Amino acid sequence: MSAQVLTPAPAPEQSAITAALTRAAKRPAWMLSVAALIAVVVFGFLAPHTSASFRLSATDAAVKVPPLVVPAVAFGWIVALLLIAAAAWAWFLATQRQRSLPGWAMGLAWFVFLAGLMVWLVGTANNPDISLVQLLTGSVALSLPIIFGSMSGALCERAGVVNIAIEGQLLLGAFGAALGGLLTGSLVGALVTAALGGLLVSALLSLFAVKYLVNQIIVGVVLNVFASGLTGFFAGTLLKDGENFHDMPKLAKLPIPGLADIPVLGPIFFQQTLLGYAMFLLVPGLWFALFRTKWGLRVRAVGEHPKAADTVGIKVNRVRVSNVLLAGIVAGVGGSYYTLVSTSEFSRDMTGGTGYIALAALIFGRWNPLLAACAGLLFGFVTNLQYILAQAGTAVPSQFMAMLPYIVTIFAVAGLVGKSRGPAASGEPYVKE
Amino acid sequence: MQLELKNVTKAFGDFVANDSISLTVEPGQVHTLLGENGAGKSTLMNVLFGLYQPTAGEILLNGQPVRFSGPGDAMARGIGMVHQHFMLVPVFTVAENIALGHEDTKGGRLDLKTTARKVREISARFGFDIDPDALVEDLPVGVQQRVEIIKALIRDAELLILDEPTAVLTPQETDELLRIIKQLRDGGTSIIFISHKLREVKEISDVITVIRRGKVVGTADPSASSSELASLMVGRDVQLNLNRVPAEGGSPALEVKNLSVVATNGTLLLDDVSLSVAEGEVLAVAGVQGNGQTELVESIMGLRPVQSGSVSLHGDVLTGRPVKEVLRYGVGYVPEDRNVEGLVGEFSVAENLVLDQLDRPEIAGRLSLHRAAVARNASDKIEEFDIRTGSASAAASTLSGGNQQKIVLAREFSRPLRLLVASQPTRGVDVGSIEFLHRRILRERDTGTAVVLVSTELDEVLEMGDRIAVMYHGKLMGIVPGGTSREVLGLMMAGSTAEEAFEAAAGSAQPGSEENLV
Repeated sequence: MSAQVLTPAPAPEQSAITAALTRAAKRPAWMLSVAALIAVVVFGFLAPHTSASFRLSATDAAVKVPPLVVPAVAFGWIVALLLIAAAAWAWFLATQRQRSLPGWAMGLAWFVFLAGLMVWLVGTANNPDISLVQLLTGSVALSLPIIFGSMSGALCERAGVVNIAIEGQLLLGAFGAALGGLLTGSLVGALVTAALGGLLVSALLSLFAVKYLVNQIIVGVVLNVFASGLTGFFAGTLLKDGENFHDMPKLAKLPIPGLADIPVLGPIFFQQTLLGYAMFLLVPGLWFALFRTKWGLRVRAVGEHPKAADTVGIKVNRVRVSNVLLAGIVAGVGGSYYTLVSTSEFSRDMTGGTGYIALAALIFGRWNPLLAACAGLLFGFVTNLQYILAQAGTAVPSQFMAMLPYIVTIFAVAGLVGKSRGPAASGEPYVKE
Repeated sequence: MQLELKNVTKAFGDFVANDSISLTVEPGQVHTLLGENGAGKSTLMNVLFGLYQPTAGEILLNGQPVRFSGPGDAMARGIGMVHQHFMLVPVFTVAENIALGHEDTKGGRLDLKTTARKVREISARFGFDIDPDALVEDLPVGVQQRVEIIKALIRDAELLILDEPTAVLTPQETDELLRIIKQLRDGGTSIIFISHKLREVKEISDVITVIRRGKVVGTADPSASSSELASLMVGRDVQLNLNRVPAEGGSPALEVKNLSVVATNGTLLLDDVSLSVAEGEVLAVAGVQGNGQTELVESIMGLRPVQSGSVSLHGDVLTGRPVKEVLRYGVGYVPEDRNVEGLVGEFSVAENLVLDQLDRPEIAGRLSLHRAAVARNASDKIEEFDIRTGSASAAASTLSGGNQQKIVLAREFSRPLRLLVASQPTRGVDVGSIEFLHRRILRERDTGTAVVLVSTELDEVLEMGDRIAVMYHGKLMGIVPGGTSREVLGLMMAGSTAEEAFEAAAGSAQPGSEENLV
């Protein structure tokens, strides 16, 4: 019987697989090539014949450091050469080894590009002199609501609930802080009401998404519109009636003696408000909780494969609801930044889409609190860069500068991350049949 | 552990899935629940495991009545379950999956090292080779199943429920699983084994309880003959043998040459597959699920772009043509998942029967369907294919699996065919319908249609295939004649070429081995 066996010669077809892998590796190589070209033309040939100056300490700093002065032409060419080298390496790997650049090299290349861009932008400004300290501390400040928002998103999505309502949570947090602050006059009161504001949005989200199985994206969008309308209405009525109101409290900076005087790092890490310090603890804390504890393992299982979690005795919907509620508290407290730190008055829609940027940061950061916080910092940095450069009188039209954060967001989410895989069951309600 | 079910009833609305079921599982015994798909076996086990609450009746463990509010309760009382669809998180490691819900902790931290150590201990005891740090999604299904078993054992399960555990295994993996079950039983664990595969049921069981339409219809001794068991299961005499006539060799119809398909992540899903099928011949494609069969079928149908190679039918190239042209060329298609691809569940039986014929002038005009023609077509097909439905306007999703599959087949047979591609045509279908579907496919073959039949069930492959192609990791391991022994097919399904498999089988062949079983 075995005589009639027909076996095709098992010639392993390697060319097809090679072609597919090469194609995948070529995309980053193309992007680096474009970056290198921009660097050669813009940072190299079109470089301003000035030096860009970056001040490293504030005028009132206890420890003074001389400013960093970078000659624009020379630096531009160094950046261009480094990027050409990176692109060449990427092409070599793509065509000869069917691989992409290692992640650290890719990250480094984009950092170099960003540095080149900064020096060029500052160099071409009317006054080529900016404060690096101001740029960085401002970035951290601006990224604070983004990062609180992404942590809220991480808490929800890791448990399998899509949270589009971050924007609404932040907004009600900001409103809550304003209301609580005016009514009680105390910071604690303001923070508690901020948390309650976020919690209200979360309660509605979990009610509709977990209990009534409504499409979570739609619920999220509706909640944002609801939050905007609600706060807009009450801002015009409730907050205007000032008879029994106290003075609005403010979260002051709490410099840590000694450490606060370290050049550059001190102002960033050790001259923060209570919210800033809370953020520095929250991000690694949440990462640890999600990836190193029993609680986190269960949350992630619920977000990945709720039925598997159910069969080992985990109450899926209970985990989801409690996570969504916790996320509301986190985002609500983050939203208090707007009325307790950056201004002292609530204004309509003052979050201005930060919640959506937070969502983008979450995806860019691959649903990992640490990476999402880095993405949030990047967005904050780009926003602040725009302000600082406007002050320095940049040659680039202000409209283009204003676009910068959003362009970075689109590139980050669509182009640079490649395929990132979120929690498998995110957005899917869990029903026992 | 002794388990007793007393008059357990589970109803979903009007539908009674389990009707007053009573049975007793003694310690150290393998108790088999034998029944067709949809007989209510899985529902019963989900009741026992606390996933569903019984509508009536009692569960007793060692004589004590118990109530489980969830699987957590059942596990705490020493019941473990290996689900038909594995309950493992693909992106977690083995240790993380096993720890889940039963975590070891050290000072608030998750202590996966301790879990990994326990996993290694249990692995060593049963001769498993399992790396606790491997990601579950990277493991073959056979190994994933062992992870599920360890998951139950680490929680000190004294009663283990195995729901259709062999559905995804090669014959050799099945033998290995049966060995593990015996070892567990000899260690005093009670086992509930759920299956509809007579061969393994006869080999492993101490007691067999047969369930039909939610009721216990009898118990049987493992020494009962296969046809006795089958009749008990189906409720009437069944012919396990189709008495098929071998194919008459025709001229080649389907030619597949050097077909390769690459996934976006660079994995080779189909690796240089070449085969041909003659007119009036059934080529059965065997293999464990997920070894490239889906990709092969979808490439033939034009549903999936191919990286290289070609598909042609009677000399005309099909590759690169839109699906509609492929169908019009006389290719019939039974997709592997009828609920997703074969039918629109919300549509009526009549509508589903004309889904691919809406460009025929007698079925639909420019603006509207010709209702009368659709209805006439439906009543013809319902009669011809014995589709059991209340009415032609009933939603297709309300029919049983077998009747749904008859709709798909009836629709495909409405056109003159030159090639029929049937993927898993009898999965989740009752025995009576299986027989019917098989006969219809063979009748179509006898008119000269070439048939490609993909199946993961060796019984079906052996019954239907004039020749048998075996796939493994996207490669064709070889094409062997129909009726080749299970052992050879099993070795090929695990990655041996046909020559290696025949050699190995000839070397280990012993008289009176299990080849003469059903």
